[in-house]
Amino acid sequence: MSEAMTAARPAATAGAGAPIIELRGVSKRFSRSLDFAAKLARRLGAPVREDVVHAVDGVDLTIHKGEVVGLVGESGCGKSTLGRMVAGIMPPSAGTVLRNGQDITTLGGAEARLGKLRTQMIFQDPYASLNPRMKVTEIVGEAPLVHGLVRRAGLDAYVDAQLRRAGLDPAFKRRYPHQFSGGQRQRIGIARALAVQPDFLVCDEAVAALDVSIQAQILNLFMQLRRELDLTYLFISHDLGVVEHLSDRVVIMYLGRVVEEAPVAEIFQRANHPYTQALLAEVPRIDARKRAFAGVKGEIPSPINPPSGCHFHPRCPFAMERCRVERPALREIAPGHRSACHLNDRV
Amino acid sequence: MNDTAPTLEVRELRTHFFTRAGVVKAVDDVSFTVRRGKVLGLVGESGSGKTVTGFSIIGLVDPPGRIAGGQILFQGKDLASLSEAEMRHLRGNRIAMIFQDPMMTLNPVLRIDTQMIETVQAHAKVSREEARQRARDALGQVGIPSPDERLKSYPHQFSGGMRQRVAIAIALLHKPDLIIADEPTTALDVTIQGQILAEAQKLCAETGTALIWITHDLSVVAGLADDIAVMYAGKVVESGPVSQVLDAPLHPYTVGLIGSVPSRNRRGEPLRQIPGMTPSLLNLPEGCAFRSRCPRAEPNCAVPPPMPEYRPGRFARCIHPHLEEAVAA
Ligand SMILES: Nc1ncnc2c1ncn2[C@@H]1O[C@H](COP(=O)(O)OP(=O)(O)OP(=O)(O)O)[C@@H](O)[C@H]1O
Ligand SMILES: Nc1ncnc2c1ncn2[C@@H]1O[C@H](COP(=O)(O)OP(=O)(O)OP(=O)(O)O)[C@@H](O)[C@H]1O
Ligand code: SF4
Ligand code: SF4
Ligand SMILES: [Mg+2]
Ligand SMILES: [Mg+2]
Repeated sequence: MSEAMTAARPAATAGAGAPIIELRGVSKRFSRSLDFAAKLARRLGAPVREDVVHAVDGVDLTIHKGEVVGLVGESGCGKSTLGRMVAGIMPPSAGTVLRNGQDITTLGGAEARLGKLRTQMIFQDPYASLNPRMKVTEIVGEAPLVHGLVRRAGLDAYVDAQLRRAGLDPAFKRRYPHQFSGGQRQRIGIARALAVQPDFLVCDEAVAALDVSIQAQILNLFMQLRRELDLTYLFISHDLGVVEHLSDRVVIMYLGRVVEEAPVAEIFQRANHPYTQALLAEVPRIDARKRAFAGVKGEIPSPINPPSGCHFHPRCPFAMERCRVERPALREIAPGHRSACHLNDRV
Repeated sequence: MNDTAPTLEVRELRTHFFTRAGVVKAVDDVSFTVRRGKVLGLVGESGSGKTVTGFSIIGLVDPPGRIAGGQILFQGKDLASLSEAEMRHLRGNRIAMIFQDPMMTLNPVLRIDTQMIETVQAHAKVSREEARQRARDALGQVGIPSPDERLKSYPHQFSGGMRQRVAIAIALLHKPDLIIADEPTTALDVTIQGQILAEAQKLCAETGTALIWITHDLSVVAGLADDIAVMYAGKVVESGPVSQVLDAPLHPYTVGLIGSVPSRNRRGEPLRQIPGMTPSLLNLPEGCAFRSRCPRAEPNCAVPPPMPEYRPGRFARCIHPHLEEAVAA
C-alpha cells in the first residue's frame, strides 16, 4: 500500500485498522445481448445498439479493518452489484479490488479460497440464495464441515448453536427453505454466513425482511460480533434509521457512482450533496399519520441511458449549466467527508 | 354480490400445517374486516402467520396445510362455497396478491414483456400492442426507468427492488377489488416507496380497492393504513384504528414492537429488543403465547386470554393491558 493512501485515510476512522478492502476505479457493465432479429437488422445496417447497463461506474472505496460502512442509495443504483464485487463473487468490468492489499483477481489457489471464505455475503433475496432441495442443517453445516471448521461428530451441536444465534429454533433444522416464513429464511442466510467464521461481512438488505423486534436482535448480534471478533461490515440498506444506528461511515450512491461519503454523524447533520439532502428529507417517521404520499418528481434516470455530467442534474434543484456537461469529482470538503458536487467549487 | 358488505371479512380463521413433527398452527384465530377503499396494516413478529393468512384468503395453502376453521367472506360471499374454477376467476380478476418473494410472481425464464402481456391478455380482450402499452405504463407507474428497454429483460437482470416493483405493477394491472400486498416495499428506498404508496392510495381512492398491507415497517403503516391488526404466534393480539394503536398500544407485544424501532433508540447503543425468543409454534406455552417474554405476565396469564373491546373499536388479547398509559396519552 502506498503512503499516500494511508495519509488520505479519513480522520474519523483513524483509529481503525489497515484497509481490508480497497476499490480503485471499479466499474461493472452489463450488456444485453441482442436477439436474433436485432442482430440481423444490425448486420443489414440498421442502427440497432446494444443496451448497456452501467451498474457501477468508476467507484473508489476503502474499508478499514473493524469498520462498519453503510451503503445507501436508490433501488437499482448498483449497491448489490458493488457488494458482490467487494465480496469477490462477481468480477469487475474495469478497475481493481484489493483484499488486504492484494488484488483478488491475481490471487491463486489456497489464498483465494481462504479470502472467499473469510468474506461472506448475506443476500438480499434469501429465497434465491438458498438451495430449495437442501435441508437447513445442510445449508448451514456444509461449508464449516468441508473447510474443517468443525468435525462431523460436533456438527449437530455446531449447527444448533448457529441457528439459535440467528434467532431460529433448532427443532426446525430438518425442514426445507420453503417451509419457513420470509424473515426466518433471511435468518437462515445469516446463520449460514456466520457459520464459517468470516472476518468481513457484506450484508445486502440483511434485516429488511425482519420485523423491528427481530431486527433489533440481529443488529445487536452484529454489533456484539463486531466487538468480540473484530468483524468488518459493508452494510447495504435503504433503511436510513438502521444505517444511522449501526454505521461508522456512510457511503451514498446514485446511479452507479459514489456521490458522498462521510462519518455517520456528519452525513446526518451536515449532508453536503443535494441528493443526500433530498434522501434525508424523505425518511418516513412513525409519528406521521395517514398522509398523502408523493410520487417521484421528474423522470427517474436510467442506468441504460444515464444523464450526462452530474447524473443527478435532471432532479437537482441547484443544477447549473456546468452540471449538464461535467462530471463532478468526489472531493474532500472536510476531514473524512467527500462529496461530488460542483456547488463545492464556489466559495 | 352485496354492495353494503365489507370487501373482506375474516372470521376466526385457522390454518394449520399437519407436519410429521406435529401440527403447526400458523394461523389460529385471526379476525379482521377491510372495507372498500380502506387500508388494513397487518403487522407482527416474523413467523407469526401473516403470509399464511394472505395465502388462505386467495386459496393458495398447499398440503400438508389446510384451513381448519373459520370463515372468509369476500363481498359478503363465503369463499369456501366457491368452486375451484370460480376461485381461480376471482384470483385473477378481483383479488390480487403481491408476494413477499417476487420470484413467486415472476417466471425466471421468461422475459418481462412476455409475462406482463400474457397477464393483461388473460383478463382483458385487447390487442398485443395495446397490452404491451399497458404493461409499459404499469412499469412507469412503479418508477422503473426506460420501461421500453426494460420490458425486454429477464428477471435476473433486475435489481432486487426492481423485481419487487414489477410484481407490484402486475398486481395493479387489473385494478382489483382487493389487493393483499405482502411486504411489498421491504427492499425499496424511501423515494420509490413513496411513489408506490402514492399509487396505492390513488387506487384506493379512485377505484375503491381495499388493501391489506402486510409489513413490519411501522412507519409505512403509520402513513398508509386506516386500521391495524397486530399478529403474534398465529393470533391477532391487538387491533384498532392506526393512530390509537400506535399512540396508545394496549398489548405488551405491541408496546415492545414500537419500542424496538431503531430511530427511537440511541445510535450505537444496543437496540431495545423484546426479551427471549419467538416460541416454537409446535409447543406454545399454555395460555397467552407471549407469556414467557411478557414483562406484565401474572399467574393468571396461564389461561388463554380473551380479546375484549377495551375501548370502542380497540381490541386486545390480554388480561393486563396498558390501560393506564392509554389514558395518559
Ligand atoms: N409449508 C409449511 N410447512 C410448515 N410450516 C410452515 C409452512 N409454511 C409456513 N410455515 C410456518 O408457519 C408460520 C407462519 O409463517 P408465515 O410465512 O405466515 O409468517 P409471516 O408472519 O409471514 O413471517 P415473515 O414476516 O417472516 O414473513 C411460520 O412459523 C412458518 O415456519
Ligand atoms: N445480471 C445482470 N444483468 C443485467 N443487468 C443487471 C444484472 N444485475 C444487475 N443489473 C442491473 O444493474 C443495475 C444495478 O443493480 P443492483 O442490483 O446492483 O441494484 P441495487 O442498488 O442493489 O438495487 P435494489 O435496491 O433494488 O436492490 C440495475 O439497473 C440492474 O438492472
Ligand atoms: S453537481 Fe450540479 S446537478 Fe449535481 S448535485 Fe451538484 S448542483 Fe446538483
Ligand atoms: S395476557 Fe398476560 S402474558 Fe399475555 S400479554 Fe397480557 S399480560 Fe402479558
Ligand atoms: Mg440490491
Ligand atoms: Mg411473510
